[in-house]
Formats: sequence, C-alpha cells, structure tokens
Amino acid sequence: MSATPSTAHAGGEASIWRVALAIAWRSMHTYVRRPDLFVPSLVFPLIFLASFAGGLSALGTVPGFRFPAGYTAFQFVFVLCQSAMFAGLFTGFSLAFDFESGFARRLMLAAGDRRGIALGYALVGLARAAITITLVTGVALLAGMRITGNGVDLFGLYGLAALLVLIGYGWAAGVAFRFRSIQAGPLMQTPVFLILFLAPVYVPLGLLKGWIHAIASINPATAFLDAGRGLISGVHDQTAVAFVAALALIALFGVWMLTGLRRAENTGG
Amino acid sequence: MSSVGAGATLVQVRALANRSLRKTLRQPFQIFPVIFFPAILLAVNASGLRAATKLPGFPTHSYVTFAIAIAFIQGGMFLLINTGTNLAEDIESGFFNRLALTPMRRVSLIMGLLLGVALLGAAQSAIYILLGVVAGAHLHAGWGGAAVILALGALVGVAFGALGCAAALKTGSGEAVQGLFPLFFVFLFLSSSNLPRALLRTGWFHTVATWNPISYLIEGFRSLYIYGWDQTALLRGVAVIAGLLAVTLALVVGALHSRLQRT
Repeated sequence: MSATPSTAHAGGEASIWRVALAIAWRSMHTYVRRPDLFVPSLVFPLIFLASFAGGLSALGTVPGFRFPAGYTAFQFVFVLCQSAMFAGLFTGFSLAFDFESGFARRLMLAAGDRRGIALGYALVGLARAAITITLVTGVALLAGMRITGNGVDLFGLYGLAALLVLIGYGWAAGVAFRFRSIQAGPLMQTPVFLILFLAPVYVPLGLLKGWIHAIASINPATAFLDAGRGLISGVHDQTAVAFVAALALIALFGVWMLTGLRRAENTGG
Repeated sequence: MSSVGAGATLVQVRALANRSLRKTLRQPFQIFPVIFFPAILLAVNASGLRAATKLPGFPTHSYVTFAIAIAFIQGGMFLLINTGTNLAEDIESGFFNRLALTPMRRVSLIMGLLLGVALLGAAQSAIYILLGVVAGAHLHAGWGGAAVILALGALVGVAFGALGCAAALKTGSGEAVQGLFPLFFVFLFLSSSNLPRALLRTGWFHTVATWNPISYLIEGFRSLYIYGWDQTALLRGVAVIAGLLAVTLALVVGALHSRLQRT
C-alpha cells in the first residue's frame, strides 16, 4: 500500500527531524564531554573580548570615535559575531572529523532522509553558539559592558547572531561534505577569518582609511557589525540590510551545503 | 672531547641541521602560514588600527612600524609548531628510535635540530624585515638593527623551537604539539602587541601585559624600529630570550633523556 502524498511528506519530515535530533543529541553529548573541544571554544572568544575590549579601550578616545554604549559594547558585538560564525565553522569541523573517522559514512547509510544529517549538525552549531554566547555575554556584563538598546533590540542582536551561526555552518558544511576530511579545515576557516577582520573591527568604518575602507565598505560583515552595534546601543544602523544580507547568504550557503551533501552521496559517502 | 670526537659531532650536527631545514622547506603547508598569516595580520591591524597613532603618547606616526615587531614573535610560534610537529612525526614513524640506536651523540641530536631551527628563524626574520620595508615600516636602527633582528630572530626561533621539541619528545604526538599554539596566541594577545603599555588603560589588562614576558620580547624588536638603540628595551628583550632559552633547553634535555631511556 502506498502512502498518500501528504502522509509521505509528513513521514519524510518526521524522518528528517528524527535523524537531526539524534545527531544533535549525540554531537552535543560528545562536545560537552570532551574538554579539548569544549574549553577552546569558550576560551578563545573570551581572549578576544579581553584583548580587544580591554587592551584597546584607549581607542574609544580617538578623535571621531563616537559610540554611546562605550568601547566594551563596541567590541562585544564583534566578539559575538565572531563567536557565532565560528560556532558554525567548528561544527563543520566536527562533520569533517566524523567523515574521516567513518562515523558519517555509517550515518549516511542509516539515515532515512540524509537532509536530516545537515539539519542535525545545524542544530549542533546553534546549541554550541548558545553556550558560548551566554558565557561571553555574562563576562562582558561583569566587565561593566553597558547596553543602551531595549529588549526588542537585544532580541534582534541575538537573532542576528543565530543567522550568523547558520552562515558559518552552511559554508563549512558545504566544504566538509565535499572534502570529507579535516584537512579541509583551513579552507573552512581562512575565508571567514579574513571576511571578519576586513570589516571595521577596532574602530567605526568612518575612521578606516585607504584600502581597508574600500574593502570594508562592500564587505557584508560590515553590515553585520554595524547592525549589531546599532542594536546594542539602540541607535539603529544598517539593521535591515544586515538581516537581508544574512538571509541571502543562508540561502546561498544552504544550496552550497545541499549540493555538497548530494556529492557525498554520489561518491558513496 | 678529542678533536676526532668533536669533528664527528660537528658532522652529525650538520647532517641533522640540514635534514631539519630541508624537512621544513619541502613542505609548502609549513612555509605558507609562516609568511601568509603575519603578512595578513600586519595588513589588517596596520590598516584597522591606524587611528591609534592619533592617541596622545603613541610613539610613532606609522602603525606599520609599530606593529611589524609582532611578526617576529609569530614567526617563533610557527617554528615551535613546525619543529615540534616534524620531530613528533619522526617519533611516530620510528625514525627517531632508529637514530637513537646509532652511536650518534645525544648532544648532536639536540644541536642538529636546533641549529636548523636557528637558521630558519634568521631566514624568517629576513622575510619579515623585507615585508616591513614593502609595507612602509621604517627601521630606525638601520643596517646594524637589521643584523640584530636576524640574531634575535634566530635565538627566538631556538627558544620556541626547543619548546616544540620538548613537547614532541614528551608526548610523541604532533596533535599535542599543535595544542601549544593557542596557548602562545593567548600570551601574544594579552601583551603590549597592539598598543604601548602606557596606553593600556584597562587596569587588569595593563597588569597582565606588564607581567607577560612576551610584551618585553615584542618591545625589544619594536625599539629597533621606533627608537633605534634603546638599551633598556633591547636588554629586557634579550633577558627574556635568555630566560626562555634556559627554560626551554632544560626542558628539551630532560625530555630527550626520558625519551632515550624509554627507547
């Protein structure tokens, strides 16, 4: 007896979620039980926050620098965006490692709907980012960070961070599905690192001069940082542009990831 | 030691130094980050932090001149990783055990490796000096300063490389050696790498940077670029290198002793 289209569709969706949740549980279980994975993912954003917000606080007094919430909040937004994108990236690393160890190949054989694999690791990226971002926010508040935006603005800020997790993950997972080896790690990491640091990291765009100003002006990461800084300070800047750009990049990298998944299927996982 | 013994030691040291050099130079993925990452970080920081030169008390009008010193320390960190990883590979592949079974002197084993690292350290420093020239950094101490930088670069290379060797000998694992890289990145970030210590206005950060030896290492290199011959900064930098050398060489001798006993 064949299933009707609607029940088949419902069954397919159920299968995707079943696979996704199983993967998410397993990966998060591994993540929190392995200090070599867990600790660096928490320590590095804190080091960035300490180094940039603490070590460069004098930049807040440079002529032309105006940011109502102060330099700690200014840098917090960068660390938030960086943590979010890297949580997605590191989840791509886990996926590549699972392919290398043979686990992901077995998973490909066992999964009813393999899109569930991609969704499961996306949930892992979001969960990992939630842990890191909670810690970074707590430490920043303890360090005296001021938030002058309202509750809705903050909801927007963390919503934007969630979208950045998915962008980082979409890119890294697409690479991981294609190469199926941790050797592709630098290929996942380097472009994101460059895009983030070729944005106004230390001072606003207006204070950048020369070639970096030209690049930062067309870099989507600039819109993310400007929007985040606008949301935390309550003085909105580029918010709509940032959300549209983020959704467009998620769609683009979603296609990149799913075509990678197809390629992994065609080569036998 | 007789002259014949000394001659044999020299031959062994030269052969191992040669091998250590070639092993690194033949692997593009070891060479690429040594040049690429310091260049990228210099480009990004020099452009992004140029506004810092407007701060009252900033010692130069050129942020490139201020920031180029970081490249020499990053170079040392890459030597730590590359040297340690290569030695760990030799241990994992069994080459080190076979070498230990030969009549080769223990001192040759260490000296050969570290001589190769010293040469790589000097070569890297020459590249960073050129990189600085291309980026527009001004070396106030002139040609004499360049020669001192090459010597300091070689010594920093040996100090960091020895630590990589000690980690490789202790653990026998390339992964464990790679794990040291983030640790040193933390030291670099929590130092006076991006601003002079006098301009670190966050109290706890200023304290950490003042106690962090990497600050003095960077300031030693930096002084040659900005002030020319600032004896205090230079002597502090040399003192940190000497201290690092003493500690890391002791660690590598101890680790080699334990490894050879196990072998």
